[in-house]
Amino acid sequence: MKRKMVMIDGNEAAAYVAYKTNEVCAIYPITPSSAMGEWADTWSSVGQKNIWGTVPDIVEMQSEGGAAGAVHGALQAGALTSTFTASQGLLLMLPNMFKIAGELTPTVFHVSARTVATHALSIFGDHSDVMAARSTGFGLLASSNVQEVMDMALIAQASTLEARIPFVHFFDGFRTSSEVQKICQLSDEEISSMIDDDLVFAHRQRGLNPNDPVLRGTAQNPDVFFQARESCNPYYLAAPGIVQKTMDKFAQVVGRKYNLFDYIGDPEAEKVIIVMASGADTVNETVEFLNNQGEKVGAVIVHLYRPFSIEHFVNSLPVSVKKIAVLDRTKEPGAIGEPMYQDVLTALVEQAGKLLAMPKVIGGRYGLSSKEFTPAMVKGIYDELAKDQPKNHFTIGINDDVTNTSLDYDPDYSIHGDDVFRGMFYGLGADGTVGANKNSIKIIGDGTDNFAQGYFVYDSKKSGSMTISHLRFGDDKIKSPYLIGSANFIACHQFVFLETYDVLKSADPGATFLLNSPYPVDEVWDHLSSQIKKQIIVKKLKFYVIDALNVAKKTGMGVRINTIMQTCFFAISGVLPKDEAINKIKEAIKKTYGKKGEEIVQKNFKAVDETVNNLHQVKYLSAGKEAGTGTGIVSKKAPEFVKKVTAKIMSGLGDELPVSAFTADGTWPTATTQWEKRNIASEVPAWEPDICIQCNKCALVCPHGVIRMKVYDNTLLEGAPETFKSTKPRGRDWEPNEVYTLQVAVEDCTGCALCIEACPAKDKTDTKRKAINMVEQLPLREPERANWDFFLSLPEVDRDRVKQNTVKGSQMLQPLFEFSGACAACGETPYVKLVSQLFGDRMIVANATGCSSIYGGNLPTTPWAKNNAGRGPTWSNSLFEDNAEFGFGYRLTIDRQIQFAGELVRKLSEDIGTELADAILNADQSEEAGIFEQRDRVTELFKKLEHLESPAAKQLLTIADNLVKKSVWIMGGDGWAYDIGFGGLDHVLASGRNVNILVMDTEVYSNTGGQASKATPLGSVAKFAAAGKSSNKKDLGMMAMNYGNVYVAQVAMGASDAQTIRAFTEAESYDGPSLIIAYSHCIAHGINMVYGMNQQKLAVDSGHWMLYRYDPRLADEGKNPLKLDSKKPTIDLKDYIYNETRYKMLTKSMPDRAEELLGKAQKAAVKRYETYFQLANAPVKAGD
Amino acid sequence: MNLNTSYLGFNLKNPVIPSASPLSRDVDTVKKLEDAGASAIVMYSLFEEQIRHEVEEIDHFMDQGTDSFAESQSFFPGGHDFIRGPEAYLKQIRALKEAVDIPIIASLNGSTSGGWTDYAQRIQEAGANALELNIYNPPSKIEETCEQIEDNIVNIFNRVKAQVSIPISLKLGYYFTALPAFAKRLEDAGVDGLALFNRFYQPDIDLEELEVIPNVHLSTPDNLRMPLRWIAVLSSVLKLDLGATTGVHSGQDVIKLMMAGADVAFTCSALLKFGPEHVKTILNEMETWMDEHEYESVEQMKGSMSMKNVSVPEAFMRSNYMKVLNKYK
Repeated sequence: MKRKMVMIDGNEAAAYVAYKTNEVCAIYPITPSSAMGEWADTWSSVGQKNIWGTVPDIVEMQSEGGAAGAVHGALQAGALTSTFTASQGLLLMLPNMFKIAGELTPTVFHVSARTVATHALSIFGDHSDVMAARSTGFGLLASSNVQEVMDMALIAQASTLEARIPFVHFFDGFRTSSEVQKICQLSDEEISSMIDDDLVFAHRQRGLNPNDPVLRGTAQNPDVFFQARESCNPYYLAAPGIVQKTMDKFAQVVGRKYNLFDYIGDPEAEKVIIVMASGADTVNETVEFLNNQGEKVGAVIVHLYRPFSIEHFVNSLPVSVKKIAVLDRTKEPGAIGEPMYQDVLTALVEQAGKLLAMPKVIGGRYGLSSKEFTPAMVKGIYDELAKDQPKNHFTIGINDDVTNTSLDYDPDYSIHGDDVFRGMFYGLGADGTVGANKNSIKIIGDGTDNFAQGYFVYDSKKSGSMTISHLRFGDDKIKSPYLIGSANFIACHQFVFLETYDVLKSADPGATFLLNSPYPVDEVWDHLSSQIKKQIIVKKLKFYVIDALNVAKKTGMGVRINTIMQTCFFAISGVLPKDEAINKIKEAIKKTYGKKGEEIVQKNFKAVDETVNNLHQVKYLSAGKEAGTGTGIVSKKAPEFVKKVTAKIMSGLGDELPVSAFTADGTWPTATTQWEKRNIASEVPAWEPDICIQCNKCALVCPHGVIRMKVYDNTLLEGAPETFKSTKPRGRDWEPNEVYTLQVAVEDCTGCALCIEACPAKDKTDTKRKAINMVEQLPLREPERANWDFFLSLPEVDRDRVKQNTVKGSQMLQPLFEFSGACAACGETPYVKLVSQLFGDRMIVANATGCSSIYGGNLPTTPWAKNNAGRGPTWSNSLFEDNAEFGFGYRLTIDRQIQFAGELVRKLSEDIGTELADAILNADQSEEAGIFEQRDRVTELFKKLEHLESPAAKQLLTIADNLVKKSVWIMGGDGWAYDIGFGGLDHVLASGRNVNILVMDTEVYSNTGGQASKATPLGSVAKFAAAGKSSNKKDLGMMAMNYGNVYVAQVAMGASDAQTIRAFTEAESYDGPSLIIAYSHCIAHGINMVYGMNQQKLAVDSGHWMLYRYDPRLADEGKNPLKLDSKKPTIDLKDYIYNETRYKMLTKSMPDRAEELLGKAQKAAVKRYETYFQLANAPVKAGD
Repeated sequence: MNLNTSYLGFNLKNPVIPSASPLSRDVDTVKKLEDAGASAIVMYSLFEEQIRHEVEEIDHFMDQGTDSFAESQSFFPGGHDFIRGPEAYLKQIRALKEAVDIPIIASLNGSTSGGWTDYAQRIQEAGANALELNIYNPPSKIEETCEQIEDNIVNIFNRVKAQVSIPISLKLGYYFTALPAFAKRLEDAGVDGLALFNRFYQPDIDLEELEVIPNVHLSTPDNLRMPLRWIAVLSSVLKLDLGATTGVHSGQDVIKLMMAGADVAFTCSALLKFGPEHVKTILNEMETWMDEHEYESVEQMKGSMSMKNVSVPEAFMRSNYMKVLNKYK
């Protein structure tokens, strides 16, 4: 029987089996496991059935804790139930996992193993999460590659039913979860024959049932708990045997043979590595290579890590073994060694008699947070084992120059042969490179006998991000779970990358280099840097160019160059014969676009044909004319740390940094985005002073902080660059000798054009010309760089000269949040930037995990900035679920230290002067002027304290800072505030303490890719709400208002900027908890982001989004505390929602349901307005 | 009393046909129109832009931002097939055909010749009894001549005609230098009927925002004058069927059009304003008037006041203008 081969990634492989063999899945999205739940949801929503012919229920919960609870309940009620998670998600499941295992309940949790956040968060892979689950009583079963993921998922499911021990089936996050491989898909028959229905019935039979009532979850006392806990032992003793038996049966049914511990290599090996998950494939590949070279090495691949069978383990080792290196992909600081090292040692001590002698065992760490693990490193480990005294507790793959744990290895050591195609493709996120490559490997994997592997690397910016696709094809199965280090094909889809990255570094001699070049074939050579030319010449590269953008424009493809570059790849890579490849691309186009109409198909066909005509090989003889070499990745003015560390990471060379480059506690400097000139915009705004009315709205909406304005003395214009613009300032606040400048940081701009839409000023004779217009960036780059530098040298506007609670005034204030990596036209960052302008010099920020923590804190550079006095927001991210509590903790400290500092000031008043002491203790800091005065007083206090020797003075010196008002801001998205963090948020609101909470409500989980939250509106489509959400959006504001002592505002900057600013200033001034819920348009809405602010307005005009402010201080004055700032809806809901794909797509997938939900949502909008109107206009009773 | 008439080869029980409007999006409303006496119905238009771009747009926005960032490689759930713009339209044709007995005239609206015209065939297959082509693109290019505009319309018609066997009518705008000559050209090309005239989208200017704003006004009975004149003229010289599509609000309006030589009268604004039941009102008014004036049938009055049958034919043309001026004096 020819088996079905599929091109899928690890997540899909795991989800495939889980879906086929379960009835219920309760999940919560977390990278990189989210796709498993999404696959299951997709299959369920289109009615795909499991092996028993029924459609499983896939349910999204409010957190992983919730998901685990639901799983536990579903299991106890007798359903076959599964879940998918990773990292912090698994940690949140631990309490239930102890229960589930304690009750001997069969289930499999599929985990794409991911780093647990410690000194920093990381979305990438290692085993720190699954290792934290070791003590739960779950079995731990590891898969090394995508094929194994599918196989082990089934083996785990079959085993758990018999063993009754629940299993975590895990594989490496990203490396395996997201690697696309050609694998053999299990058929329904194979799956069915592995699952014993009698065991399924037995599981159901054990389910809680009032017809046969039992009780579980008792509370037990010291007299019996211990004995009862030991009663599970027989199950754990039997489990390894059951798993092996299941593996043997699997071999019979499917033909692939696994063991609990698979030994590979020479049967008489003396040096053996013990490893599990994806690292095992690297070791496997290297062992084969080394032994072919005449070495005698071996390795044990661990599949069943828990329950750990000493017998099976020791029996797997060759009796000849003398030295063992145990590799752990985790770190347990303070432990004798990492977990598997300790297990192996214990196992050997207990049963060493089976071997010729007790081997020397060393342990080491590798691959934390998906750090590359390559054959070169494996070779390095075997070399270490060859030494008389090999280093124990080593690290491999880094340079630990602090505690010298790292092993040396030769990074250039390579084992690849020429039989494998190895291609690297550098693209922009937005240009479709990754999508095209996924398509290419499908074409090759599905259409030929080749094995194929695809892995995709993304950078940490959400706008203008670079992607690198790593593709391998070959006749044999590909066992290389690491990035391509030497490529025989390199494609650079964006010319600009040549300036920043060494894209040819990995090119093999004689490799093919494909460049998308805006320059014609006969000119391109002169536009290359000497470094690039040198590599082309020395490595004798076959060099091809195409002007893909031009072909795209000519053929109606717009800016998507994916089809064109894909065609180039097939035309010159030689992976397939050219004509066959072109035919296959066309087949793929027909398949992808056929349903969309013949015209689209033809357009793509035309692009394919035109590509072939426009693809040229470059003939080069010598170096020729030199192009500029660029200006260096960061300015010479950058701080040393930025030059030495940040710049390396920016250049893609972070792997080269040694341990000593980093602080030990995860502390990083702020204000670093200013040094990363990304130049990602092809068009940027240009200011027209003659039209500008100086409303400053463009700066307010700018998500990236690139539009700034200053008013300054005109004498300062001396020495200004030639093109520097200025004009007379408008308004009475300015002196006749002052001038106004609006300056754009064109190198930091993303070109989103929100500012153009916001600009209300039009040329009276040509209305399409506004006060700010998009123009080509390249010609402006040099002059505007000089203008920007000059602008920065001008003094900031005095904060007390502007009305801070107005749009115009607030935008004269320096933003202390700038140039973030958020999506172009992000709807969240204008709010964040505004807060930083208003309160940045005294802000302490707690940021929930999510988009805002990523654009706010992901390396290499971070946007939170400092003013000229060195003050600025200080920021930290704890977790996703605890952010309100985390920020609340800030408040507790500040309040306590204010109290203590006050006591000390009183105590020391004689020493510091009673006048100063009284002034400090009685300071009015309700306005900014009062805060600045207090800051002066505290500076004076510090001076005095420096001369005092008393213990009290020394104490005060360390906390007096808190006597100046600090502003606590707790920020995050709706996933945090409405779902996972709601309990904590609610508690903090109820506390009455002075914190400001900003919820940037995109109405969906944006960061993890569009899953529904409780903020998702009725009728909107999201993942886990594919048929449109059927329930109303939760009214978080109303809930908060119920407390009566919480300041609550709902704002939408695009609808009312003035109301937004008023709300922020009122929230900050309120001495108690404040909650601002801010409508944030988002790329996940499927809108043209240029019109994001317009959509905000329509959301308000339609009554979907109410603008209001609830100020408890008004109630104290006997007034109605609720002020409704929205008018009665003026447009139908459909005129707002059907501009957005999240709603419109339902009209195309389920038109009747879309209409039904629209009707309900329209009614809800009207009702919402009426409710708020009544509340806002309710008479205030006497005595209230 | 016999209100029978014929249009595009169909024998109709009366000349009142609801024209292309949102009313036909709802099957129940169409049933109500039939119950009120509508003799046929023109469906809402399937726009060229809809065929070309609507789904492409959804695909574009679903695709936006995908495969760019490790944590969010997509933003929307997969797995669902979308009902493409034309499919929804075809589905509605089938639904209407099932729900009512009156002829269904589908409406295809576009301005360029291209792949979108291929949908005519699928419209026929879905069961439409006839097709109204609404070819409209206000000329704004300095290099575009009258001939080119007219050639374009004929070309589109020919392309559609080649694909279907059901009757085809054309809905025209009124900006033609030589309407009778062009209408003759269309008749010669095989056009079965003309619907006169398209109600143009008439943009306005927002003085505060300095922006062009879309503005659709419903017709008033005064708008009847334009088709009335041209039907009087064309019915005298052409054989193809004629319908008037603007300003038809009352039974008297229909009677005027019949007398000018129309075969049917399309009504929309009045139905949007007064509801589907207004068809009955129009028919009642017609019958009352015919009764009072002792007319027996619509056929009897058809063309009785066309240009060739009135005593002073000039009244429909230039002398009409002179007369108006004299009246003011």
